[in-house]
This record gives sequence, structure tokens and C-alpha cells, in this order.
Amino acid sequence: MKDQHLVTLTVNGREHELLLESRRTLADTLRLDLGLTGTHLGCEHGICGACTVLLDGEPVRACLIFGVQADGRHVRTVESLADGDELNDLQQAFSRHHGLQCGFCTPGFLMLSEAYLSTNPTGDRDEVREVVSANLCRCTGYQGIVDAVCEVACARREKTTDA
Amino acid sequence: MTTEAEAPTRWVGNRLPRREDRRMVQGAGRFVGDVPNTHAYHVAFARSPVAAGQILTVDVDAARALRGVIAVFTSGDLGDPQLTAVLERDEFVTTQMPLLARDRVRYAGEPIVVVVAESRYIAEDAIELIDIDIDEWPAVLSFEQGGPDQKPIHDEAPDGVLVDLQMFTDDRLDETLAEAHLLLEETFRSGRVNASPMEARACLADWQERDEQLVLHVSTQVPHQVRTGVAQALGLPERRIRVVAPDVGGGFGQKCVVGREEVVVAAVTAKIRHAVRWDEDRQENLISSFHGREQEYRIRAGFDAAGTMVGLDADISCNIGAYSAYPFSCAVEPLMAASELPGVYKVGRYAARARGFASNKTPTAPYRGVSRPQIVLVMERIMAKAAKRLGIDEIEIRRRNTILADDFPYTGPNGITYDPGSYMEALDLCVAEVKKAGWYEQRGIDDGLLRGIGIINFSERTAYGTATMGMRKMQMTPGFEVSHVRMDASGDVTVTSGTCGHGQGHETTFAQLVADRLGISPDRVKLRQGDTDLVSFGWGTFGSRSLVIGGGSAAVAARKLADQIKIVAAEMLEADAGDIELVDGNATVRGAPGTQLSIDEIAETVHFRAHTLKHHEEYLLEARGTADPPGMFSNATHAALVEIDPGTGGVRVLDYIVVEDCGVVVNPTIVEGQVRGGVAQGIASALFEEMSYTPDGQPQTGTFMDYLVPTASESPSVAIYHLETPCDQTETGAKGMGEGGTIGAPAAVVSAINDALRDYDADIDAVPVTPGVILQVLAQGTRLHEEKL
Amino acid sequence: MKPAPFEYHRAYTPQEVVELLAELGDDAKILAGGQSLAPMMNFRLAHPSALIDINTVSGLDYIRRENDELCVGALTRHRALEISTATEVREGFALLPRAARWIGHYPIRSRGTVGGSIAHSDPTAEWCILARLFDANIVVLGVEGPRTISAEDWFTGFLTTAAEPTDMVIETRFGRPRTHAALTEYARRRGDFAIAAAAVAFDIEDEQCKNVTVVLGGVAGVPLRLPEVEALVENSGADESTWKDAARASAASIKASSDLNGDEAYHRHLVGSLVERAFAEAYATASQAPA
Repeated sequence: MKDQHLVTLTVNGREHELLLESRRTLADTLRLDLGLTGTHLGCEHGICGACTVLLDGEPVRACLIFGVQADGRHVRTVESLADGDELNDLQQAFSRHHGLQCGFCTPGFLMLSEAYLSTNPTGDRDEVREVVSANLCRCTGYQGIVDAVCEVACARREKTTDA
Repeated sequence: MTTEAEAPTRWVGNRLPRREDRRMVQGAGRFVGDVPNTHAYHVAFARSPVAAGQILTVDVDAARALRGVIAVFTSGDLGDPQLTAVLERDEFVTTQMPLLARDRVRYAGEPIVVVVAESRYIAEDAIELIDIDIDEWPAVLSFEQGGPDQKPIHDEAPDGVLVDLQMFTDDRLDETLAEAHLLLEETFRSGRVNASPMEARACLADWQERDEQLVLHVSTQVPHQVRTGVAQALGLPERRIRVVAPDVGGGFGQKCVVGREEVVVAAVTAKIRHAVRWDEDRQENLISSFHGREQEYRIRAGFDAAGTMVGLDADISCNIGAYSAYPFSCAVEPLMAASELPGVYKVGRYAARARGFASNKTPTAPYRGVSRPQIVLVMERIMAKAAKRLGIDEIEIRRRNTILADDFPYTGPNGITYDPGSYMEALDLCVAEVKKAGWYEQRGIDDGLLRGIGIINFSERTAYGTATMGMRKMQMTPGFEVSHVRMDASGDVTVTSGTCGHGQGHETTFAQLVADRLGISPDRVKLRQGDTDLVSFGWGTFGSRSLVIGGGSAAVAARKLADQIKIVAAEMLEADAGDIELVDGNATVRGAPGTQLSIDEIAETVHFRAHTLKHHEEYLLEARGTADPPGMFSNATHAALVEIDPGTGGVRVLDYIVVEDCGVVVNPTIVEGQVRGGVAQGIASALFEEMSYTPDGQPQTGTFMDYLVPTASESPSVAIYHLETPCDQTETGAKGMGEGGTIGAPAAVVSAINDALRDYDADIDAVPVTPGVILQVLAQGTRLHEEKL
Repeated sequence: MKPAPFEYHRAYTPQEVVELLAELGDDAKILAGGQSLAPMMNFRLAHPSALIDINTVSGLDYIRRENDELCVGALTRHRALEISTATEVREGFALLPRAARWIGHYPIRSRGTVGGSIAHSDPTAEWCILARLFDANIVVLGVEGPRTISAEDWFTGFLTTAAEPTDMVIETRFGRPRTHAALTEYARRRGDFAIAAAAVAFDIEDEQCKNVTVVLGGVAGVPLRLPEVEALVENSGADESTWKDAARASAASIKASSDLNGDEAYHRHLVGSLVERAFAEAYATASQAPA
């Protein structure tokens, strides 16, 4: 007998009502039930961070949370970053600094970085390096990722100061 | 994005942003697991819990009875299919790899039963209900085999040796070494590692009745080879199988062989005629995919008093695991090691024996660099040791032995002819940059931490063509590539090629090459790859070959297409075809400014108004190009600055410099990305990663908690300087470079560690260098030091 | 790597959690941050029959001072302590935010909870080590009401505690504000569980160390206090030679074993280094004196 729950969750601003088995992870809920396949699974034990999404604004591993736990909560995934055809500043910076190669880990790094950037950081290189150490990339050696996040941190701060 | 208005006359050499990025940063990449198929069943594998033994019974009744389980298959249920890698050499023992273990298990993690279920969750539930009884045998884990209780892993090879190559024998080598002023006898080792692409392996099979085809989406570097493997294992003609590699989340060699699970999924789909998918999980990937690099080198090297190497003798052992991987076979590491050990040096007399030993460990596959990370470590450490013993400067001894500019083309005692490179130039530039960066000042700081510098030099043979690959004597010999380039009625260009990118940016660089030849913007060029129905044939992406051979053949095809366009333009402009130039999207006439036609208009005319053309009997605009170079040498010098904490034994790579020469650089950003990622992987196997086993053959590093793929905190910034020695044997002047970063880094890091521990008589010749190893050197070195006092 | 089936229950009050635990039996588990439990379930190393999600329980996310004790609610995320600049934390407990930075990574710290860490009782976990260092008391709610268990009694073995299966951790009360305290760790890779960790705390009176506490992580099944080393340092001069003596004594006192990182000698050496550094750091970074 399956243990199923009717769950209401808001993903990227859109509310969904789903019938979920207790054990279904949030990552599988997003990927298989909602077709949001940008969130990838790289290890399913919380080390690689490819599945990082924002749960009520906080970065979390979607492989370590059950979908049923997102009931009544807001989830943001990589699919929310661009505004229509317009990539956001972080997405553009990742491309400009060659912060991705195969692209499999990229959604996790973007969401991790978005969360970090929302804390209004200075873009200190050592701090950025430490933050992005939360996720694994096998292609880039991380240099472009660190460069991209530093640049956006500085740019967003300047923008805030100017305003 | 650069617009056509500001387009340079040459796209090659530009830091063009990658075409691939836009979809990836939006989460719109399409990896196998992202390919929609809501009806597909999911599989999971029951795997051997022990390293060696005889399967007594397999009880799958409870699993079959579980609600949500569709089917359960053992090897016999599928007709005992297998994959067999064959090398046509007397020294090679052919062995079979069953898709599912039949009677014997040969490593912990070997698949025995496949469960098909409505979800991966249920499939894993069913796996827990399967009861497999195995008579466990003692595991054979090392090169030393034939212990009293040990049984052969394969009956065909009672001594465990699957390949034994005696290459480049020299009757006078022993005598030369005996008479040498300095004879070094040294042993080098490298640990077993896993390439660990962030996307583990995956496949999705479906049966398309309309096309009478099995369609297999698979995360692979070699779609056509997967098709052949599936065709052979299932006894189907190739046309009945379509292999599609969508976006591939890294491969690094692990996906350039055919996985048995992939073929099982195809077999299951062929049987039940329903879509089935397998998304390998990380534990499966670490334990049961493919490993690499577990090698030992016993070296004798002779030098004269001036520091010139007079002879080199190598006895190379590779622990290749339980099976020969299809199609490259287990000989890939031994062959590479023996052939290319001399590297950038003139070694005098040379002989090498290279063996591949079977063991009760996971099978091995080529992993980025294939034996060259090891042989560079060997040669660079030999040079350092000789320099120390002879009292010669480390750079100077390299100068005395390196193949110099005047020596090219140079044919070594290994029978290989080296095309021109910049070996000493790269080394000299790197040394200068190291000085400029202030590393020697940092090295001298006395603050309780120990710092050292390692500077190493190497070459990397790339883009092995058919003739070179043919010398390996594989039953299937890769090498050439064929590309097709066609222009549609709106003037856009589609390129197909048999190489199969998985992060290298082929969609960008191939477009740059084609755009230059057609005088159009790369935006107008789209590369399609990784689909056996779309691409006539191809070998795939491995061995630093794609840009050179795949891109080279696309460039040749583009050149031919340009000629076709010029013929039509000549007719339309009433000029001579030899005077037509394709520039900025237009066909212009040399010497007649203002006389021009847009290429778009030409394309439209060819397609829709053929009746207006007199001289276009060929119809349409499409061309075929081929490339099959002999295999060219890129080269690089790497320098690492490391810091050792004597309190923890921890090693940090503080800074890293690369000078590299891969001929004509098509896109510097992409080349630098390949180098940086490669260096990070090389540092990983130098310091962090090792697949370890218990004495009874149980893997100890089956999670990312114990298998230490480095993070950003362990990966240094890498400064890169380019030299360009254009290659005269390729269409584009480029040489391959996908593996160089990984090849150089272990030697650079180990050399720097030995330098940092210079006061402790360090002589570290094995990777990974763990904190425990550092502490042993510090403890013994301190003891020696105290004894001397 | 998908978890086995389980029943999911959501609780809103601690009382409800305890009742559910009693009703659902021994195989039911509390789900807090899930940063340790969920991986174990994905590996199928844990097969709980039911999970009681306490993320919906209100009133357990707090950091507050009660006299000399810093009381941390069970559902307080690691991140909350990491970024806390509150006076009640700074005074005497300044080590806690610093120590939080050793815990995994940002997303782990955003989700993992202090109560979950104490209940899981990994001997390398920062809060477990600090619970011993600060003589914490752990407040649990059981079927017969709340009770308090000292950290000394709490850790009974590897991943086992003095809690009953029907107990829920409510609060961790870190006691004894300390002017000098430090935690040092070493892992080969950023954010990993430490190979070994050392935490020390002491006061300085007349240039001498007083009330010395030394706790090691990662060297035994539980966070390990070293009374002999504490006695050795007690009343000694607050200087480098004392730290070195402490390091030697600590290294000698542990039961070391070899692993993939190094042999027994390596582990002893590492512990010695970490203890010495912890003392030096604690000496250099005085917590704000209690008002």
C-alpha cells in the first residue's frame, strides 16, 4: 500500500497540487512530476550539490528533502532565473567566464550562487571560493565559476549603492 | 554576442562565447535523464556483494512478485549475451564479458540480475528481495598472483596476464646501462581512480515500430561504437539500432567504452518492447562503472657524466580489473605506456615490457590522459633524481636531453616521428613566468609551512589517425572522421560529424572553423552530433581528437562547399569563380569593388530557382570532408607551487602556471577551460582520489564522502600562456589538447612536494600523496636529520 | 539510491511528536534537517518505518540566553548560529558562530539543525564536541515529560545516545561561558567531516590556565574529553610550551587506528597539532567578557 499525500507547493511562482508518495524526493518531484529537469541528480547523498534549489529562499539539496516536505512552501529552480529570453546577470557571467563545460552541474551552482548573492556579499574571492566549494564540478577547475560569482557580487552591490 | 556587422575576417582565434551555454544556464540542457518519456520503466541491478566466487543460486521469486515490478531477468533469461574486446595480437588473451554475470562473479558490484519496474524506487525495493548465494573465493587484487588459494580470474589466462607486450627490444641496452656513469633503478606507482563525470552513466531505450528500430539514448562519447556493441551483443543489424547521445554530462573516457548495463537495457527493451531507462546512481558509478590508472613502473635509466640519458628500460604493470572493456580492450593502458614513455626526451637505447593483469576489481577504461599522467611522472622524476645525483641544475639536465627545435622531425627509439613542437621554448617561458610570479620568494618564507616548486615538461600525442591506431591491432580500428556540411535555402549551415562533444564546446569551435571558410557568421552554423541516424558514421570523442579530426573534416567539407557557392556566385555575377571571395556573408569579386551578392541570395537561388542557373548540375549546396591525420604532438610545461602543513600533512596547491602549445588555437577560452579542468583532475589524482579496496576486495570508497573529488577550495587558479606551433599535417593547423592538463598535473604536484620536503630527503614517487605519506617523510627525514647532527 | 517506503507524519507540537513516537514504535524516526538521515535512507542503510517531520513544529527555532546558559532550540538551523552577532552569543559563546563555519557547506548549514546534530551524535560533529566543551545539558521531551541529560551522559557510543526511542530533543543548553575557546579541525577536502577535531576552553588568571577543558572529535565513538590533559594544563602558564605539552599528552592519550588518510602515527601527530593550534587560537581570540 502506498502512503500518498496531497501536496500543494509553489514552484517558480506557480502553484501545483500533487499526489506524492512519502518517499519521493523533492528532486524527483521537480524532475518527474513537474518536468523541471534543470535540477540534476549527481550523487543523491548531499555532496555534489547538482540538485541545489531554493526552499523559501534558502539553498537546499533537493535530494535530501522529500517532496511532501515542500507542502505549502516556495521552491525556486534554475528555470526561474531568466526573464523570458533574457538571461540574468549571473547566467550571463557564467557564460562570459567559461564557468561551465558539460553543463550538468551548472543549475546547482547557479542556485547556490543566487542564494549567496541574495545575502549581499562583497564578492571577496576567498569567501566566494569557500561558498562554491559546496558543489562539485568535474570540468572547469572552478576558476570561471569563482570569477563569475565575484563579478556579479560586485556588480549587484554597485547597483544597490547607486540606487 | 558579436554581430555580423563587427565580424572579424577570421573567427578562428576568437574568444567566441559558447553556443552551448545558453541552454545549459537555463536548465534547458537535455541529458539522458531529462529526455521525456513518462511511460518508461526503470531498471535497477542486483550486483555481486563479493569480489570473487561461484554463483550457486539466484532466487528472484519474491522480487518478481512485488507489486510494480514488470520483469526480472538473469543472464540466461536474456540468452547469455556478452561483449568481447579483441586485439589481433599473439600477446593478447581474448576474454568475454557477459552482460550479466552467469556462473562466476569477478568483482564486487558486478551486475547479476536486472529488475524492470514502474519506478526506480520499486526496482530498488525488488533488489532488496533478491537472494543470491555465492561460494566466495579469495580475491586477487594485485599484480602478484597465483597464491595458494587463488583461482584464475579467467580460465583462458591462468597466470592472470591478459596482455604481455615486449616492445622496442635492444640487445645492447643491458650493456649500456651496466656501463652507464649513473644508473637509476626506481619504482613508480599510481592509484586506481574513477573519472567521475558529474552525470553518471544513463540510458533510455525505446522500440519504434514505425522505424523498425530500437532507439537508445545513452550518455556516451561514442554513439556509433555503442550501436555496434549492441548490434553484436543482440545479433541485430546496425540499421535496426539508433543510438542518440544528447547532452552528455562529462565522460573523460569512462563513456568511451560500452557499458554492459547499457546493452542490458537495450536487450530488455528488445524483449518487452517497452521503453526502459537506467539512471546510474553515484554508488553504482563509483563501484561498478570503469576505473583507471592503477599502474606500477619499474624503471632502469642510465646517464653519462654530463647528464645525458643513454638508456631506458621499463617494466610496466597495469591492474586492469576483471574484464577487458569493449571495444578498446585492456591493452589500452599498457600499449600507451610502452609506446610513449620517452616523451619529450632523447632516451638513447630503449626497451619496454608492458603487461595487463586481471584482478577482482572493477574493469578499467581509458581515463583522460591514458598512462601519460604516469609516464610524465616517471620521466620527470627520473630527470630530477639524475640532476640531484649528478649535481646538475634540474632545468639544465632537461635541456641536455630534450628534443630540440633543430631535431624535428625527430624519430625516437619508440619508432614514433614527432612533428615540430616548442619543448624548450615552453620550458624557458614557464621558468621565466615562475620567477616573475615571485614563487621563489614564497618558497623561501620561513613560517613553519613548507613550500616547493615543481616544473615539468611533456608532450601529448593527440588525434591518432587510422594508421597509428592500426598499429594497436584492435579488431575495430578508429581514426578517421567524415563530416557533412550543407547550406539550406536561407543560407544557414548544418554540420554533422562523427565526433561527440560532451562539454568541449564543439558547437562553438566547429562553427568557427566552418564560418571562416564560408565567410559567414558562426551564428549561422549549427553542429549536429551524437545521433547515428543523423551522422553516417564516426568514432566519437576521445584521445584529444575531436577538434582536429572532426573539426578538421568539417573544415574540409566547408572548403568544398565554399567552392560550390563560388561557382554559382561566378555565374550570377558573371565573373570567374577563381576571383570570388566569400566575406561577411557576401560573395564578392576580387578587383571589382561593389560587385557582390549575399550568400543568402545564392542559397535561395540554388534551392528555388535552379532553372535560372546554367552550371549547377550538382544541385543543392552540400559537401563531404574527411580527415585522418597521423597523430600530432602538443606540448606543455606545467609549474606548481605547493604548501605543506607539517601539522596536518595537508598539501595545498597555491598557484599553478601552464605554458601550452597546441598549434593553432581555435578558441582560447575553450582551450584554457580544457587546461584548467584537466589540471584540477590531475591534482585530484595526485592528492585526493583513490578507489581503495579491503583485502577481501570490498570497495571502500563507494560514496562521494570517501572518494574525494576536489572542490573549489582544493583547486588553484591556473595562469595560462600560449605558444603556437602550427601543425602542417592538419587542415586547421591545430593539434589536440583535451588531455594535457590532466597529464601534467600529477608530475608537477609531486615534484613540488618533493621540493617542499627537500630538507627531509623526500623521494616520493607514488600518487596519491596522502597526509600520512607526508608525515612519514617528515618523521623519517627528521630522524635522519637528527642522526646526522 | 532511492529510499525504501515509509509513512510520513507531520507534527506541530513537541507533545504530538512524542505521542507519535510512542504510537509508531521503535522504527519510527524524527525527521529534522535530514542532512544525515536522508543520505542514509538513500543508501538504504536506514529503513525507518515512519518519519515524523518536525520542521512544522513551532517555537523551537531560537537562540537565547538564560543566565549563564546559551539555550538553542532544537530546530535552530546551523546557519542561524553561524551568522548570529547577538550579544548573548558573543559574550562567552563566541566560539559557536566560528565553529558553525566548519559544518559542511552553506546549503547543509541552511537546512541542518542543532537538535538533529545532537540527536544523531556523530562524534565528529561540531555541536557534539561543543556540547562536551561547554558542559551542555540536553533537554528532551519524553512520554513522561521533559528531562535534562548532561552532555557527559548523553553520548553513549557511536551514533547512540542516552535518549529513549520516544524522546525528542527540545533544546541544547550550552553552559559555562568561556573567555578563551577554540575549535580546530582537519579534513582533506573543504566541508568534509574532519579526520580529527580538537576543542579547548580555559580561563586565564595570573597568566595561568584555569578551568581547562579539552575535547577531541573523530578519535572515538563519542566526543572525547581528556581529563589527564586538562589536569596537565591546569595552573600551567598560558604559553607555547604548555600548548606543546598538551599536544604531546593528547597525542599519547588516544587510541589511534590507521585509515586511508594515514597510519596510527599520523593520527596521533594530527591530534597533537590540532590541540596545540586550538590552545594557541583560544589564547589569541578571547571571547567578549561577560558583562
